[in-house]
Amino acid sequence: MKLTKLAVVSVALLLLSGCLTMPKAHDYSDYRAAAPASILVLPPINNTTEVIAPYGVLSQVATPISESGYYVYPVAVVEQTFKNNGLTVANDIHAIPVQKLREIFGADAALYMTITEYGTSYAVIMSETRVSIEATLVDIRTGTVLWQKTATASSAEGRGNQSGLLGALVEAAVSQVVETVADTGFDISAITSNRLFSAEIHNGLLYGPRSPKFNQKNVAEGTE
Amino acid sequence: MKKLIFIALATLLVGCKTVEPLFYHGNHNENVYNYFKADEVTLEEQIQSMNELLASANEAGKMVAPGIHAHLAMLYFEVGNSSDGIKHFEAEKQLYPESTQYIDFLMTAAMGGNNEAH
Repeated sequence: MKLTKLAVVSVALLLLSGCLTMPKAHDYSDYRAAAPASILVLPPINNTTEVIAPYGVLSQVATPISESGYYVYPVAVVEQTFKNNGLTVANDIHAIPVQKLREIFGADAALYMTITEYGTSYAVIMSETRVSIEATLVDIRTGTVLWQKTATASSAEGRGNQSGLLGALVEAAVSQVVETVADTGFDISAITSNRLFSAEIHNGLLYGPRSPKFNQKNVAEGTE
Repeated sequence: MKKLIFIALATLLVGCKTVEPLFYHGNHNENVYNYFKADEVTLEEQIQSMNELLASANEAGKMVAPGIHAHLAMLYFEVGNSSDGIKHFEAEKQLYPESTQYIDFLMTAAMGGNNEAH
C-alpha cells in the first residue's frame, strides 16, 4: 500500500517537472506596459538555401499569434503591399523606419524574423527536416524591443523514442503529405511557430487583448 | 484518498494540454501557402476553398481568424471581381476594427488602380 502511494507521488512529481523545468524567464515589463493589440508580421530574412522557406514560415506563424489574442495582419496581403511598392527583399523591408510602417498599417507592433534553418539534411541512417527561427517583436509606436525568442523543430524528434504527444504530432504532420522537402518544411514550420509564439508556452508571447486570459500572467512569469 | 490522488493526476494531465481555439482557422494556412507557391492551385480554386472555409466556420458558429476575409478580398481583386473584393475587405474591418487603417489604405489603392504608398 505504502509502495503504491509512493509510486503515485513520484508519477505526479514527474508530470509536474515535465511542465516546469524551464530556462530563465523573459523580462516582460516593457512588453506588458506597451500592451500591443495588433501585430504586423514582416517577410522574414532567409539565411538558408531553400527559396521557399519564407513562404513556409509566413503561412504558419499567424495561427499561434492570433490564438494568443492578437490581430495579425494578413501575411500574403502585406507581402503584396511591399511588392507593389518595389520592396521584394526582406532585408530592405526590415530596414523601413517603424514610423512609416505605423503610418501605412496602423499596427501596434511588428514582428521581425530570421530563418536560420529550413529543410532536409540527408544522412546515412535517417534524414531530418528542421526549421529554426529567430524572432523579435518591436513596438512600432515607440521603436522599443518588446520580446525576443528563438525556436527549433525537427521531424526527427518523434522517431525511435515514442516521446508522447509531441512525437506523435510531429510524426502525423510529416506523414500527412507526400514527403517533398518543401512541404515537410511547411509542416515543421507550424511546430516551430507554435513553440516560438504561443502564450501557452514558456517565454512565448503575452496573452493579447483578444484572449480571455489577457492581463493574466503567462507561463514564464508564473514560474518566477 | 485514492480518489483525490486520481483527481490531482487528471488535473495535472489536463493542465499540460492546450485550450479550445479562439478562432476558426480551417485550412487557411494551406491556402496562404498555395497562394505563395503560385503553381499547383489556381486563384479560382483558392477562392472556392476559402468560401468553403467561411461556410464551415459559419456552420460551427465560430469567428474566422484575423486576415481570412482580407486574404479572400485580395484573391477576388486579383481575378477582377472588385465587388466581392470590397465586400470581404469590409467584412475584415467589421470583425477586426484593428485592421481599419490598413484596409482603407488597400481600398483606396485598389480604387485608384494602383497600390502605392506615398
